[in-house]
Amino acid sequence: MSAFAQATIGEAAWSAEGTTPDAIEAALRDLLVRRARDERASSHGGLVPARVLNMIVFVPSGFAVETSRRLDGVGRYHASRTVVLSYEPERERLDARIALAAEEDRAEGELGLLRETVVVEIGKRHLDDLVTIADPLVLSDLPTVLWSPHGHTSAASSLLELAQTALIDSLDETERSPNGWRSAMGHACTLSDRLYVVDLAWLRSTPWRERVAATFDPRPMRSELESLSRVTVTHHRDSTVAAMLLVGWLASRLSWDLGGARFTEAGEDVLAAAASAAGGEIDLQLRTAPELEVPGLQTVELSSGSGQRVRLDRGPGGLRLHRRALDGHERESTLLGASRGEGGILGEGIRQALLRDPTYRPALNAARAMLA
Amino acid sequence: MASAPAAAVASAPESSGNPLIAGLERLPVAPTALVIFGATGDLARRKLLPALYNLAHDGALPEHFHLIGVSRRDKSHEEFRAECEQAIRSFSRRRPDQDVLSGLLDSVKYVAGLFDDPQAYAQLAGVLDDFDEQAGMRLNRAFYLSTAPEFFGVIIGQLGGSGLSRRSETEVRVIIEKPFGTSLEEARELNRRVLSVFDETQVFRIDHYLGKETVQNMLAFRFANGLFEPLWNRNYIDHVQITAAEDIGIGSRAAFYDSAGALRDLIQNHMLQLLCHVAMEPPGSFTAEEVRNEKVKVLHAITPPTPHQVAEMAVRAQYTAGHSGGEDVPGYLQEQGVPADSTTETYAALRLEVDNWRWAGVPFYLRAGKRLARKVTEIVVTLKPVPHLAFSQDGSLGVQPNQLILALQPNEGVTLQLVAKIPGTRMIIRPVNMEFLYGTSFLSQSPEAYERLIMDVMRGDPTLFTRNDEVEAQWTICDPIVATWAHTPGPLPGYEAGSQGPAEASEILLEGQVWRAI
Repeated sequence: MSAFAQATIGEAAWSAEGTTPDAIEAALRDLLVRRARDERASSHGGLVPARVLNMIVFVPSGFAVETSRRLDGVGRYHASRTVVLSYEPERERLDARIALAAEEDRAEGELGLLRETVVVEIGKRHLDDLVTIADPLVLSDLPTVLWSPHGHTSAASSLLELAQTALIDSLDETERSPNGWRSAMGHACTLSDRLYVVDLAWLRSTPWRERVAATFDPRPMRSELESLSRVTVTHHRDSTVAAMLLVGWLASRLSWDLGGARFTEAGEDVLAAAASAAGGEIDLQLRTAPELEVPGLQTVELSSGSGQRVRLDRGPGGLRLHRRALDGHERESTLLGASRGEGGILGEGIRQALLRDPTYRPALNAARAMLA
Repeated sequence: MASAPAAAVASAPESSGNPLIAGLERLPVAPTALVIFGATGDLARRKLLPALYNLAHDGALPEHFHLIGVSRRDKSHEEFRAECEQAIRSFSRRRPDQDVLSGLLDSVKYVAGLFDDPQAYAQLAGVLDDFDEQAGMRLNRAFYLSTAPEFFGVIIGQLGGSGLSRRSETEVRVIIEKPFGTSLEEARELNRRVLSVFDETQVFRIDHYLGKETVQNMLAFRFANGLFEPLWNRNYIDHVQITAAEDIGIGSRAAFYDSAGALRDLIQNHMLQLLCHVAMEPPGSFTAEEVRNEKVKVLHAITPPTPHQVAEMAVRAQYTAGHSGGEDVPGYLQEQGVPADSTTETYAALRLEVDNWRWAGVPFYLRAGKRLARKVTEIVVTLKPVPHLAFSQDGSLGVQPNQLILALQPNEGVTLQLVAKIPGTRMIIRPVNMEFLYGTSFLSQSPEAYERLIMDVMRGDPTLFTRNDEVEAQWTICDPIVATWAHTPGPLPGYEAGSQGPAEASEILLEGQVWRAI
């Protein structure tokens, strides 16, 4: 079974070798017409084509199976039509296949959504004309998100004109060094100048940002934001950019000026920086958590000049919150929330393509200052 | 006399001014202890507990969240937790995550007691104080009255008497389930009792229809699309039909249903709210008070019928034996627990008019019933016919004025019924549908209405709750009908189970208007 053909419905599939975009589009239309006719004839149907979002995926053919598996994990957040451009440099011929898939776990009486996946196998000779291959295959008038999970930035960038959103993961693009982080964030910035960017590295920090915002929401705590003196973030060894984005978020929301980061004497597992704010200097530390096995953050700790401290730790069933009050009294509680897993984060990335978060770009800009 | 003035300004959501909340979808919620009276009942089991689990799953509950179940039956905390777990596993829209579920259940306690027993409230106060101490802060408190309506006033009185209704430095809120009274007099009396203990800003009267995404979407549909507003008035709209049809019977709810009936169960609350959403003027801003002010204006513009007008504008009926889903089903009077001489209506239809500049002369038809042909809740706006149809009627099929159909359940969406030419050499036309299906156009699964509403209570946002003057205005419209029917002897007209409803329903339609098929 080829990649990108999950949960195929009956005969509703098509494939061809040596084909053209026009022929693929005609086959797709024909499949949908046949499917609609079958639906009308069926007394227990209830499948309708989803019409929310196009997704164009550019992927080297060697990663097609892995990418397909990742997309299988997004649950209900599949794009309505996914156009996968599977790239194999030596390929001369354009081959294609189409699969229609439906949710298997819909509730009784609920409409089932039909989603279309079109896989087009392309070679180096097609790279100059990628737009003319992908354009006829996306649904008109729906927003389009572009995802190129394994690089090939220049090839994928020719597809930007078809998209309104780029899905990236700064983690994917990062070599573990300041140059790598600088390059990942620079790429995100360049893309942000052209279209809306959804960065999975940013989404990994969403529950942390929500809980930090909530912890400082009561008015007595809010004033502590003005006297923060130290922020420590520990993270997966590949998630330095996610940690920088979290610090960048704090900086942009609280009007801090971030200074350049440097490795400490502890070695390359600890990055230190400082921020200046109206309330004074803030020490910043980003530490690698070698024991953390999944991408993302492990701990966020904020201390204020008054002596109060708030620490959030990753834990089962949610984040664990430790508070130290002014009098030194310590308390713990669990902030309930189910882990989304990497599949859930990718699904969230697809969903976010339809929303607009005004805080990512300022956080990104602020975080870049740490590597200036 | 109406209760306290309604214009009290609701407390603003508490997070304004927090620089960290920009861009976040889930806004902070203050630490809260939620007390559910009637915690072992059907609503709690099927809706409230699963809603709380799903909020926990999404990471939406606050740092300190505690749930206290209060009910008459004696049981331990552990027994109650086990019941909560079973309810969540049975009715949650998502498969529970064990860690989250365990974490949520850890926060649960149970208090046994009679609702009129001051001792129960003293015990409850003790549990609440323990939670405060454990958290090292004063938690907000929300009391959810999910009991039979006769206990609402009793519980409110006891909350006041025990000093639990007000507290410095924290918010205390009360959530009152429907039905809010069974008549105008009862609703006023209940409002009087509630407002003698709580301020209106503390009171959240639930009509769970308002928490449904599709109902909220009606406002977006009307006020964010320039296409419809120019047509949305008496010049272009012929009439409006609002239907809430169910294909099921009363099931095991005979005791409740026979004392309520279709008018009280659905029309007085849900369907009048839907009417308000169709007919209201655009609010200046989407704040609780502005939205609710506009809805109240609509209700005040509906003239209640006099007793002798009732027969012309309202119809009631009972289902008789028939067929549903391919099975023989009994009539209402044969249902278990229903008195043989019951005159409770299982079907009600009304014709109302909104006497204002926009709607004068446009009839609004509301109908609700059980054991009808199928389950559907929809609003149908029928436009006036074109002044002259130039096309040949010969061979044209079922040409009728345009209809806009807002389907709330199942298959939420909007259908615009247009007329188009049938392909061929002749100019023959027939109706076609332009269809938008809500589920096909969004990735997210709609949360259950109760998830949204419980969050709104904890955040102090009353927009989707019914205000005191609103509920009284609803009763002002329905009360004369209830009273007239109460004095009209039975038996009621019948309609066969599984049918379109009683033939008598057509008698309230104005000339040239027909019920849309269910």
